[in-house]
Amino acid sequence: MRKLKNKLNGLRRSPRSLIAVLFAGLIVVGSGYTAVSAAVSSDRKVSFTAEQVDYGKKLFLSNCASCHGKNAEGTANGPSLIGVGAASVDFQVSTGRMPGAASGPQLQVKPVQFTEEEVNAMAAYVASLGVGPSIPDEAYLQANGDPTKGGELFRINCAMCHNAAGAGGALTEGKYAPSLDHSSPKTIYEAMVTGPQNMPVFNDANISPEEKNDIITYLVYLRNSASVGGEELGGLGPVVEGLVSWFGLLGIIIAITIWLGAKSN
Amino acid sequence: MSEKSNDIEVSQETGLAVVKPDAVRDPGIEPHRVRMTDKSPKHAKNAARQVALLFALSMLGSAFALWAYFAFPINEDLTTVRQNTLFLGIGITLGLLGIGIGAIHWAKTLMPDHEVAEDRHLIASPEDKRAAAIEIINLANQESGFTRRKLIRRTLYGALALFPLPGLIIFGDLGPNPGNTLRHTKWKAGTRLARDPYGTPIKASDVTIGSVYHAVPEGLVPGTEHYLEEKAKAAVLLVRVEPDKLIETEERKNWSYQGIVAYSKICTHVGCPVALYEQHTHHLLCPCHQSTFDLVDSCKVVFGPASRPLPQLPIYVDEEGYLRAQSDFHEPVGPSFWDRSVKS
Amino acid sequence: MSNTTSTQKKNGFLAGTANYVDERLGVAGVLKEFGRKVFPDHWSFMLGEVALYSFLVLLLSGTFLTFFFQPSMTEVVYDGVYAPLKGAHMSIAYASSLDITFEVRGGLLMRQVHHWSALLFVAAAGLHMLRVFFTGAFRKPREMNWVVGFVLFILGMGAGFTGYSLPDDLLSGNGLRIIDGMIKGIPFIGTWISSFLFGGEFPGTAIVGRLYSLHIMLIPALILVFLAIHLVMLVLHKHTHYSGAGKKDTNVVGYPLMPVYVAKAGGFFFIVFGVIMLISTFFTINPIWNYGGYDPSPVSAGTQPDWYIGWLDGALRLAPSHMEFMIGDFTVSMNILIPLAVSLLFLALVALYPFIENWITGDKREHHVLDRPRNAPVRTAIGAAGVMFYAILWAGASTDLIATQFKMSLNQVLTAMQISLIVLPIVSFIVTKRICLALQRKDREIALHGRETGRIVRLPHGEYIEVHEPLDKYDLYKLVDFKDYQPTLARPNAAGKITVRARIRASLSKFYFKDRVSPATQREIEEARHHAEEIEQQVQKAIELAK
Repeated sequence: MRKLKNKLNGLRRSPRSLIAVLFAGLIVVGSGYTAVSAAVSSDRKVSFTAEQVDYGKKLFLSNCASCHGKNAEGTANGPSLIGVGAASVDFQVSTGRMPGAASGPQLQVKPVQFTEEEVNAMAAYVASLGVGPSIPDEAYLQANGDPTKGGELFRINCAMCHNAAGAGGALTEGKYAPSLDHSSPKTIYEAMVTGPQNMPVFNDANISPEEKNDIITYLVYLRNSASVGGEELGGLGPVVEGLVSWFGLLGIIIAITIWLGAKSN
Repeated sequence: MSEKSNDIEVSQETGLAVVKPDAVRDPGIEPHRVRMTDKSPKHAKNAARQVALLFALSMLGSAFALWAYFAFPINEDLTTVRQNTLFLGIGITLGLLGIGIGAIHWAKTLMPDHEVAEDRHLIASPEDKRAAAIEIINLANQESGFTRRKLIRRTLYGALALFPLPGLIIFGDLGPNPGNTLRHTKWKAGTRLARDPYGTPIKASDVTIGSVYHAVPEGLVPGTEHYLEEKAKAAVLLVRVEPDKLIETEERKNWSYQGIVAYSKICTHVGCPVALYEQHTHHLLCPCHQSTFDLVDSCKVVFGPASRPLPQLPIYVDEEGYLRAQSDFHEPVGPSFWDRSVKS
Repeated sequence: MSNTTSTQKKNGFLAGTANYVDERLGVAGVLKEFGRKVFPDHWSFMLGEVALYSFLVLLLSGTFLTFFFQPSMTEVVYDGVYAPLKGAHMSIAYASSLDITFEVRGGLLMRQVHHWSALLFVAAAGLHMLRVFFTGAFRKPREMNWVVGFVLFILGMGAGFTGYSLPDDLLSGNGLRIIDGMIKGIPFIGTWISSFLFGGEFPGTAIVGRLYSLHIMLIPALILVFLAIHLVMLVLHKHTHYSGAGKKDTNVVGYPLMPVYVAKAGGFFFIVFGVIMLISTFFTINPIWNYGGYDPSPVSAGTQPDWYIGWLDGALRLAPSHMEFMIGDFTVSMNILIPLAVSLLFLALVALYPFIENWITGDKREHHVLDRPRNAPVRTAIGAAGVMFYAILWAGASTDLIATQFKMSLNQVLTAMQISLIVLPIVSFIVTKRICLALQRKDREIALHGRETGRIVRLPHGEYIEVHEPLDKYDLYKLVDFKDYQPTLARPNAAGKITVRARIRASLSKFYFKDRVSPATQREIEEARHHAEEIEQQVQKAIELAK
C-alpha cells in the first residue's frame, strides 16, 4: 500500500502527471465545446498515426504556437484551435492563408509554406486536440454528382457572397468572399464544413456530403464548360458590361466617326 | 429692352448679347483642298479597287455566314453552340463591315468633297402667311362661335375631361385590393422550419454555432400553389450564435433557443434577400444596397439605407427536437409600406 | 403615249422608275427639295445617328427574338440541353430564353446583339445629348426638339428595363423586387400600385406578360413616334454647324445629301451594325444560364441593373440609414422618397434647361452656329457638374465591386461617395469654369498675337523674343466668332417696381456672365498686327546683322 502511495505521490509530482491533467482538462473542455459546435462530419477512412500527431505537434510549436498558444488554446492574436478539426488546418495551410501574415480585415491567400506531409501532420495534431470536421472522404470530391441540385444549393447558400458564377463578392469593412475559380474540390468542401473566418459553417446536417459533392460538381462544370457567348468579362455582370459598352463599343464607333468625318488626303 | 412684341413680328431681340460693331469679318468658306484621288488617276484607281475589295470581302463574309449556319450544327455539347455563334457572327460581321467601310471609303476618296453653303430661311413664316393663318383661325372661331358661346365651350371642356376616365378605370382589375396579404405569411403556430428548397425539417441539434440555414415553412416546396409569392414573404435565416452574445429584450427572451435565432430574410429596405451572414461580426449584409443588420441585437440596422430591423420569427423546439415557429411574424415583413403599422 | 415611252427608253431604267413613281405620287418635288440638301459633316454630329442605327438593330434582332421567346410565367421543369438546369423548376419565359441560347442556331448571337445594341443605344443617345448640351444646340429654334430627345432617352431606359426583365432570371427578378419595394413605399397608394403592376402579390404570374406588351409594342411605338418628330424637326430646322469661315446663322455649310451624305450615313449604318455584331460574337453579355430562374430567396453578389439604370440604384444605396419616420400610424419611407425626388428633380432640370437659359439671356434670335464649349463657360461648367453628379450616382451602384476589385472597405467606399456626391459637382463646376475661361484667354492671345513658333531671336539691343506666326484668316475667324453676353441689372417695370422675377433674372445673369472673355475685335487685331509688324522688322534687322 505504501509503495503504491509513494508511487502515486511520485506520479503526482512528476511532469508526466501535469501533462496528463492538462490533457484530461483539454479533452473535457474540448468535448464540451464540441457538443455545441462540432459538425456532423464525414469520416475519413484513413486515420492519423501517432507519428503524424507528434510531428504535427513539433511543427505546431515552431510555427503556430506564437499566435495560437502553446496548447492551441488561443491568444489575443489567434483563436483557439481546439475542436476546429483537421479540415480547418488542411484548408487554411494548404491554401496558404496560414501562417497568417500582416493584419488586415481578412487572411490573404499566399504561397503555400508547407508540404502535404507537413500539412497532414499539423492536421493530425489539431485533430487530436478535440473532435472537429475531418478531411473529407475522396468519394465526395469526385465532381460526379448532380449539377442541377448543386446549382440550386449554390445559388441559395453561396451565391450571395461568392456571386452566381463564383466570381467572388464584397463583405463589410474590407472583407470579401473570394473567387472560386481556382479552388480545388477538397478546398471547397473543407471551407463549407469549417466556415473559415466570416464564412458561415455548412455542416453535413445542413448540406449533406452528397449535396456538397453536387455543389462541387456544379462549380467544376462551370469551370470546364465552354463559354458559349465568348469572352466572359469576369462574370461580374452589368457593371462590366456597361463599361465595355462605353469604352469598347462606343469608343470604337467614335474612332470610326472621326475617320469618317476627316478629310481624305 | 422688354417691349411687348406684336403677334405677327418675329422677335430679333438680342437680350443680353453684346453686339460689337467691329467684329472680325467672315472670310468665306475655305478653298477646297485637292485630294490625291482628285489629281492622280492612279490614286483614284487604287481607291476604287480598295472599295471594290471591301465590297467583295463583304460578299465573302455573308457567304461564309450562310455556310457556317449549316456547317456548325448545335447539340448538347456546348462547344457546338460556341462555334456556331462564333462563325456565324464572324461571317455576318464581315458582311456588314465590308459594306460600311467600303461605302465610306468611296465617299471620302472618290465622291466630290466640295463643301457647299445653302441658305437658311427664317424658321418663322413670312408676315403675310402668318397673318393668313391667324385669319383662318379667327374665321374658324367666328363660324363655330367657340369663344363667343361660353356654355358650349365649357360643357365641351367638361365632356373632354371626363370621357377618358372610363378608359382608365377599366384597368381596375389589373390587380386585387392588396388587403391584408402583406401582413400574413405562411408561418403559423407549430409550422416546422424546413431547408430551402427541398423542404426537409431542421433539428435544433443540427444548427451548430456559426451555422446558417436558409429556411422556409414546411410544405412550401416547388410546385405548391403560390410558391414564389409565399416564399417572397416567408423566407427565413436560421443562425446559431453563442447564447451569451445575444442581446434580447424582455419580450423576446423566449423567441430564441439556446442561441438559435430566426429572422426574416426579406430586406426591410426594398425587399432583396438579406442573405450574407458574417460569422464573426454576426452581421447580416444585403447585397443589393448594402444594408447591414446586427443579428445579436434584434437585427437592428447598423449601416446602409434600410430603416427598420428585420422582423424576428419566434421559434421553439418540439419533443422530437425539430425547430418550429411559435406563430407568424409579429409585424409585416419586407419593405415598408404606408399603413404597415395600422392595426388591421 | 409614244413620246414618253421613247424618252423612258432613252434615259434608261433609273429614269423609268422615277417617272413611274412620280406619275403616281408626285414626288419629284421632294427629291428636288431634299436631294441636294446640305448636311454639315463633323464626327460629333454622328452620335445621334449611332443611337438611331442601334435602334434599328434593336428592331431587327428583337423581331427575331419575338418568334422564339414565350412571355409566360407558368412553371415548367426544364428539359433542355443545359445540364446544370435540367430538372429545375422555372418559368416558361426563362426556359424559352434558355432554348434561344442553347438550341436555336443564331439564337445566342441575336440575344447578344440585342442586348449590346440596347446598351449602345442609350449610351449613344446620352453622349449625343451631352454634345447638344455642350454646344448649345438646344437654343432657339430647337428647344422642343431637346424635350423630344429627352423623352426618347427616358423611353430608351424604359425599353431596356422592360426588356432585360423578360427572361425572368435571378438578376433581373431581383431588379423587379427592388422596383416593387420602392413602389410599396409610396405613400397612400403604394401597395395598390404594386398589386396592380404585379396582378396581386409579388412576383405573381402576370408581370412578364405585361412587360412584354410594353417592351415590344407600346414603348417601341412611342419611340418611333417621337423619333419621327425628332427627325422631322431636324429636317425643318436644318442641322447646326460649328463656327468657322463661311458659317453663319443664315446658312448651312456641308455636303449634299446625295450622293456623299447618303453614302456616308448609309455606310455608317453598316458600320454600327457590324461593330455591334463584332462585339456580340466575341463577348458574352447577360449570361442568364448562370443566374437560374427567379426565386425570392437566392441572390447573387454584385446585383446591379444595366448601366443606364445604375444611377437610380446608386441613389438608393447612397441614402443614409434611419431615414424613415412615422406620422401617427403611417410610415413615410424617406429612404426611398428622397432618392426618387432627387432623381426626378435632376431629370426635370435636364428637360427644362433650354428654357431656363433662354429666360436668362433673353436672346430671341435663331441660333444655328454652335458654341465651342469653352465659349459658354458657365453652361459648360453646369454640364460638367451635372455629369459628375450623374457619374457618382452611377458609380454608387457598384460600391461592392469597387470594394472587391480595389481591396477597399465597402463601408468606406460608400461614405466617400456620399461626400463626393455633394462636394465633387461643386468642385467640377469651379474647375471647369476656370478651365474654360483660361482656354478662352489663350484663344484670344493666339488671335491677337498669333501662334508661338518656338524660334527665339535676340534683338540688337539685347532683348530676347519669341517669333509669333499670325494665323491665317480662316483659323482666326474660328477663334473670334462666338457670342458674348453680359449680365443685366434688375430694372423697375412700368409700375416702377423691381419684381422678384427681375431680381432673380439679374442675379442669375450675373452668375452666368460676370466672368467673361470677349472675342477679339477687328480693331484689336489690327493694333496687335501693327505691333507685330514692328517687331518683325526688328527681327529681320537682327537676322541681317547676324549674317
